[in-house]
Amino acid sequence: MATTLKINGTAHQVDLPDDVPLLWVLRDEVGLTGTKFGCGVAACGACTVHIDGEAVRSCQVALSDVWGDVTTIEGIGTPAAMSALQQAWVDYQVAQCGYCQSGQIMQAAALLAENPAPSDADIDDAMQGNLCRCGTYPRIRAAIHDAAGKLKEA
Amino acid sequence: MGKVGKILRRTFLIGSAAIVGGVAFGAYYVSRPATNPLKPGEGEAALNPFILIDQNGVTLFAPRAEMGQGVQTTWAALIAEELDVDLDQVTVLHGPAAAAYYNSALIGESLPNKGYDIPDIQYNLAEALGVLGRTLSLQVTGGSTSMKDGYERMRQAGASARETLKRAAADRLGVDPAELQTVSGHVIAPNGDKIPYTDLAVDVADLEPVEVPLRDPSEWRYLGQSQPRLDMVEKATGTAEFGVDVRLPGMKFAALRMNPKLGGAMNGYDDSAATSMPGVEKVVDLGTGVAVIANNTWLAQQAVDAIDVDWGDAPYPPETDQVFAEIAKAFDDAPNSTMRDDGDVSVLPEGATEITAEYQLPYLAHATMEPMNATALYTGNALELWCGNQAPTLIQFRVANTAGLETEAVQIHTTYLGGGFGRRGELDFGDIATKVAMAMPGTPVQTTWSREEDMRHDYYRPGAIARMRGAVQDGKAVLIEGAVASQSCTQQAVQRYTGLPGAGPDKVLVEGFFNQPYGVPNYRMSGHIANLDIPVGFWRSVGNSHNGFFHETFMDELAHAAGRDPLEFRLELMQDEHAPSAGCLEAVRDMSGWTGQTPKGIGRGVAFTYSFGTPVAQVIEVVDEDGTIRINKAWIACDMGLALDPDNVKAQMFGGMMYGLSAACYGEITFADGEVEQYNFPDYDAIRMHTAPQVEVRVLETNRHMGGAGEPGTPPSMPALGNALFDLTGERARSLPLINQFDLLI
Repeated sequence: MATTLKINGTAHQVDLPDDVPLLWVLRDEVGLTGTKFGCGVAACGACTVHIDGEAVRSCQVALSDVWGDVTTIEGIGTPAAMSALQQAWVDYQVAQCGYCQSGQIMQAAALLAENPAPSDADIDDAMQGNLCRCGTYPRIRAAIHDAAGKLKEA
Repeated sequence: MGKVGKILRRTFLIGSAAIVGGVAFGAYYVSRPATNPLKPGEGEAALNPFILIDQNGVTLFAPRAEMGQGVQTTWAALIAEELDVDLDQVTVLHGPAAAAYYNSALIGESLPNKGYDIPDIQYNLAEALGVLGRTLSLQVTGGSTSMKDGYERMRQAGASARETLKRAAADRLGVDPAELQTVSGHVIAPNGDKIPYTDLAVDVADLEPVEVPLRDPSEWRYLGQSQPRLDMVEKATGTAEFGVDVRLPGMKFAALRMNPKLGGAMNGYDDSAATSMPGVEKVVDLGTGVAVIANNTWLAQQAVDAIDVDWGDAPYPPETDQVFAEIAKAFDDAPNSTMRDDGDVSVLPEGATEITAEYQLPYLAHATMEPMNATALYTGNALELWCGNQAPTLIQFRVANTAGLETEAVQIHTTYLGGGFGRRGELDFGDIATKVAMAMPGTPVQTTWSREEDMRHDYYRPGAIARMRGAVQDGKAVLIEGAVASQSCTQQAVQRYTGLPGAGPDKVLVEGFFNQPYGVPNYRMSGHIANLDIPVGFWRSVGNSHNGFFHETFMDELAHAAGRDPLEFRLELMQDEHAPSAGCLEAVRDMSGWTGQTPKGIGRGVAFTYSFGTPVAQVIEVVDEDGTIRINKAWIACDMGLALDPDNVKAQMFGGMMYGLSAACYGEITFADGEVEQYNFPDYDAIRMHTAPQVEVRVLETNRHMGGAGEPGTPPSMPALGNALFDLTGERARSLPLINQFDLLI
């Protein structure tokens, strides 16, 4: 039976078994590949998306359990119209290999939505589930602070 | 494997005796230009293998894998600097697998010298040897060589293209080329008229390339300055295409399981439960493993997990302790190499204090964030393969062989790499994806490793043991004797790539061990090869990754025995040996405000490694917070000579350090019953946001020869942290990971 998901404002009919994780619905069925597969056990954060604004690991949410509107990295900005957070990522030259950065940005976006002026300790708490094997953490931290400042001015 | 086997065997057998013949051999082939792999169509001009101009614009080919090190941006800057195009107006592509994209610097790295002490004549010899990379089609991204490799060649490509475009414009305008200027992708006529390069594409296609001298560095606009990375917007918006993101019409998805007893046989399997599971299209027998093709990766994974497989035993001792006992046995044999043997280490200088230490380091996984994967489309007479990889020509040879095709029938598409660290220089992912796709001719199939499959089927950084003996007298080191034993990555890789046994002295095994710029009168360093069949490979900084720890932990022990400050102790031994190295130590001393004293609850350690032509010094500070130890700060100084993009070099330096700290704190691959015991990140953790130190990097530019950036940040991080913990606790770390010995923050 087809399930209807609202992803980045658009409704999608998905015909897959109920237990398929949202991650694999997004990547292999809907074709939104910005959300990454890293571990499959919620240990790396590469698959982070928002459901009703809350940051979740999409590898752990079964298709039938998706409780609200889904937002992926493609939904918060595009190369032609980046969000403030994405612009900060570019300004601070954060990415190296770049594979984890979709998840990092989605996690950081949820943090800023909840806490517009996070301290270093707040960033530590919010971001520690997101692994980066290239070790870009110092620039992620700087970019989050920068985006927070810009969003406050705006 | 005939052709690739032969040429690769030659590559790896280059020793001092073969150099003369090698150059002659190389010179013969180099006099003939490599075939330009770019096939320009009507109205296009491929001025050389690196620049394509058509009506739509200028495309630069940067055929080194972009795995996070920023290579594409800097290669493009090298071309653009001479070509006079704006970086934000060109397209940069990886390019196909092709002989023209050989790595000229990789073989120079294999010469049996220490590196830091080579006179110019030998440096030039290394340059000359680089031509061999071309004859051997070594299109490889590795060994921190990309900038050394591209520095001259890419600027020449740009300069030659610019002058040829001017010639075309001069012919059209009936003027002398000397009267023309070039700016931002245009030729400027004497009267100020601008002709876009794209307009000249047709004219230029018929001209012979013009050779010109390179511009003086004082004229540079891009090089030596930090450039915004060309891949940054894509990577911030989820639009960068990694191997696992390739999507083709009608594509299927596969998952696999190979024998967890690495290298063991598959005796049989029962797939009756799997074949009827949702989404499943086909079960594929891979000989030493199984794959399932389905309409979704996760469904494929569920099905492949439901196959009952009877695995054969591993061809190595099944338990970790037995593995290390086997490694230790290698000390009983004559050394494979003794690349440093100064003075006489057999006699303890009179009045000197002798100390000894033994160190042991574990096997390590690469654990790239993007698990191994590749997408293949096999049609019976042709094969296309999409993947992130560090060696497209080698992959092309290998998968052509697997599919029974000529290499010309195989097209390799290199995507962005979600981390490489050496893992994507292997060929297994391309090979297996090809076998899977061959089960469904005409249908593109993407094969993706689960994280567990990836972690348990790596080509690991080999476990290693070092036995060190040294002596101090009057506050100075007067004797260092070291022996390291481990499996040989190089010999195993030769075997894997060519089917022939590797042989000869293995410099990689002892890099970071024999070639450190310390003036010690009695100094002998040897390497012993352990014969084991655990798959091992090139892990960011390779031999330096264990030898940096061995050498620099021992230097700290020597300094302590001598009653000296560990930084001053090193600096004194280095000052007359290699000034740029001493400069790095002085820089971290100044940056960190090093006094040699730390208050209670704070520890500081220093370490230094010269690797890939670049000296790197690091100071790391740890703090005790209610019994839990946190890495608080790090200071890094490097000197690679000319830094083409300083901001990117900084990113590589602290990134390399974080990679080393991850291994130092948490990284360990162990074996039980012949199987790797670590499955996923919870068993093999890494530095995270809250455990990463604040970091400050200084990029010095006094080194006369250009060094690498991608790897040299890794080796000194591990001993610097161990030495900091010694300063904090008085306990010496003689093995890793540190989490087994210290109460680190997790």
